[in-house]
Amino acid sequence: MAIKSTTAERARPASEPGTLVLLCVAAWVVPGAGHFWLGRAQKATVFLVALLLMFALGLALDGRLFPFEVSEPLVALAAFANAGLGLPWIAGRMLGLGGGVVTATTYEYGNCFLIVAGLLNFLVILDAYDIAVGRK
Amino acid sequence: MSSHLLLLVIFAVLVSAVFAALARETPREQLRTGAMMFGGFVAAAIVLGWLMYPLPL
Repeated sequence: MAIKSTTAERARPASEPGTLVLLCVAAWVVPGAGHFWLGRAQKATVFLVALLLMFALGLALDGRLFPFEVSEPLVALAAFANAGLGLPWIAGRMLGLGGGVVTATTYEYGNCFLIVAGLLNFLVILDAYDIAVGRK
Repeated sequence: MSSHLLLLVIFAVLVSAVFAALARETPREQLRTGAMMFGGFVAAAIVLGWLMYPLPL
């Protein structure tokens, strides 16, 4: 009798293409949702708390949620990074938060928190994808 | 909240927590890796800060 021991042979919780897309969308919309879906509640909690805290701190520090301006490549890149956080980013944009106060001492710190939170969520989405397809 | 050091420490704690959770599986390993990353972040920032202290020359 063969014993299933390799990573490739392990049970894959979400290996169908449609499910994978949904998983990645869920992971983008709510940080940690992908891991929660896959039964990694502890990791999901860490991601949710840490990334939401970074987002809230970024706004509290007068950081800016950058608009997508193609004429300003660096601004567009920052906007792409901001957008990585999903629902909090959408809510922030809709509520008019993240106007950014350039004269504030903490403006750049705020931007740093907001941008890094979005980029980290991209990594979290990739991690959830890797777990789902059985790479981890 | 405009203390540079405090903001640096908060940033380091949060980023270390996410990286540790990404890189390790068990909470114990995550705690160890996160603590090491946090120490690395803060130490590197302080060393770089002192190296840049005489600038601009």
